Amino acid sequence: MSSLVIAEHNNESIKAATLVTVAAAKAIGGDVTVLVAGADCGAAADAAAKIEGVDKVLLADNAVYAHMTAENVAALIAEIGKDYSHILAPTTTAGKNYLPRAAALLDVAQISDISGVVSEDTFQRPIYAGSAVATVQSADPIKVLTVRGTAFDAVAAEGGSATVESVDTVTDTGLAEWLKDEIAKLERPELTAANVIISGGRGMQDGENFKLLEAVADKLGAAVGASRAAVDAGYAPNDLQVGQTGKIVAPELYIAVGISGAIQHLAGMKDSKVIVAINKDADAPIFQVADYGLVADLFKALPEVDELLG
Amino acid sequence: MKVLVTAKRVVDANVSIRVQSDNSGVDLNNVKMAVNPFDEIAIEEAVRLREAGSAEEVVVVSIGITNCQEQIRTALALGADRGIFVEADGDLQPLAVAKILKAIVDKESPGIIILGKQAIDGDNSQTGPMLAALAGLSQATFASELTIEDGKAVVTREIDGGMETISVPLPAVITTDLRLNEPRYASLPNIMKAKKKPVDSYTPEELGVDVAPRLTTLKVEPPSERAAGVIVETAEELIDKLKNEAKVIE
Repeated sequence: MSSLVIAEHNNESIKAATLVTVAAAKAIGGDVTVLVAGADCGAAADAAAKIEGVDKVLLADNAVYAHMTAENVAALIAEIGKDYSHILAPTTTAGKNYLPRAAALLDVAQISDISGVVSEDTFQRPIYAGSAVATVQSADPIKVLTVRGTAFDAVAAEGGSATVESVDTVTDTGLAEWLKDEIAKLERPELTAANVIISGGRGMQDGENFKLLEAVADKLGAAVGASRAAVDAGYAPNDLQVGQTGKIVAPELYIAVGISGAIQHLAGMKDSKVIVAINKDADAPIFQVADYGLVADLFKALPEVDELLG
Repeated sequence: MKVLVTAKRVVDANVSIRVQSDNSGVDLNNVKMAVNPFDEIAIEEAVRLREAGSAEEVVVVSIGITNCQEQIRTALALGADRGIFVEADGDLQPLAVAKILKAIVDKESPGIIILGKQAIDGDNSQTGPMLAALAGLSQATFASELTIEDGKAVVTREIDGGMETISVPLPAVITTDLRLNEPRYASLPNIMKAKKKPVDSYTPEELGVDVAPRLTTLKVEPPSERAAGVIVETAEELIDKLKNEAKVIE
């Protein structure tokens, strides 16, 4: 058995989601190879070689892999991946973009967003926004998997000493053209990497009121999130969305403010270690998953919490 | 230009599903079904392209049991011009669905194919990219903005941390994210008109597609429940518990 893990990186360093994906590959067993594809990403490959438990790093450094363009990266994965028993990528917007394409090129199924490894061919995954967990067995020769970022304990970023090999194959489909990125400048931790998250829902009533959350977030070193209802109402940008159609998070502490607790939101945060709910409606479903509930008007409670945190 | 869109039949987004007691799956008896919400966004985008003069015809496909024709009628009431129903029983997995759609793309030669980014039942998020791979087309997933110009689609995509804009040559496969548009409601006259719009039927065999499942679902279980928590009376008590009991803040 041998696994190929597709790295997510910023050309310099490896993103945390990759460390979780390597952990899933270790749970399956066998050798682990990490593929670092990109343009000018040699430093990221060197970082990948240091990841605990990685046996080999493949570096595909070519302009055609810049921005992880799905068409070219999927063709590369399909070419390299046919020699492996398992191909894994993080369940991120990038992984969800190129990996199904690679699976189809290999004519094998993909198992999306695995949350558990039962055996080398059997995996658990959430369905219906996490309202059920399916155990799924693959009959395909190559198992193609995306890995839920909160489901495995990340391996250490340091401690390994893998070799780095360059990949000569260049798969240029000439299909898509990248034009630009607009990446939000974050003053706070990224949602999927934060230890503490404070999220607002429709109860915030206005985008301006998110400042109340931000004040508390800054005292806790927390990331700010939002429910889909708050995003739909225009209170917060979509990249802050936590839930089935947004980010899946599992911080040490998740504080839900003015969030009723729709299934689609719970799907994104119910694996958090400690959940706090602040809502004036005592019957809100969020209280059923909260470890600590405060039935209160958030416009009174948030300034109090802010004050108490000093 | 012809636009091909999909309308998957799924459990209505407002229904809380129940796992069957024998753990064989989710109980779908007497449950309200609907068009997958992300497919509704795809249908809306296609109809807007036609209304703006960028497209001439919107063709909607649904694949599955006989009742999927209800979802085709819904799409026709929302403005699609013509339906294609592929009747297939049993467990249809994304790779099989992508192969059926590829066969339809070969038959219909659409200029653009728009699908939901995921269906809210399986949450797989695979069919769009798989179809693009099989058809050898470019893909633009998680679209929040779509513009057609000079034989290309310029698409703004929702990515982790922000947005990305790419240009893909047509024909291409687009998958929709939430903010692409807000779907309209079907009017009663349009629901009546939809009944007269043409719908062709095929089977996977007629399309020459092998839909045998590659994955076997061994069991489906409810997720582990969280233990009931406590209600605190004041903000002071909350902060005290977080500091001294849960020890998650300092």
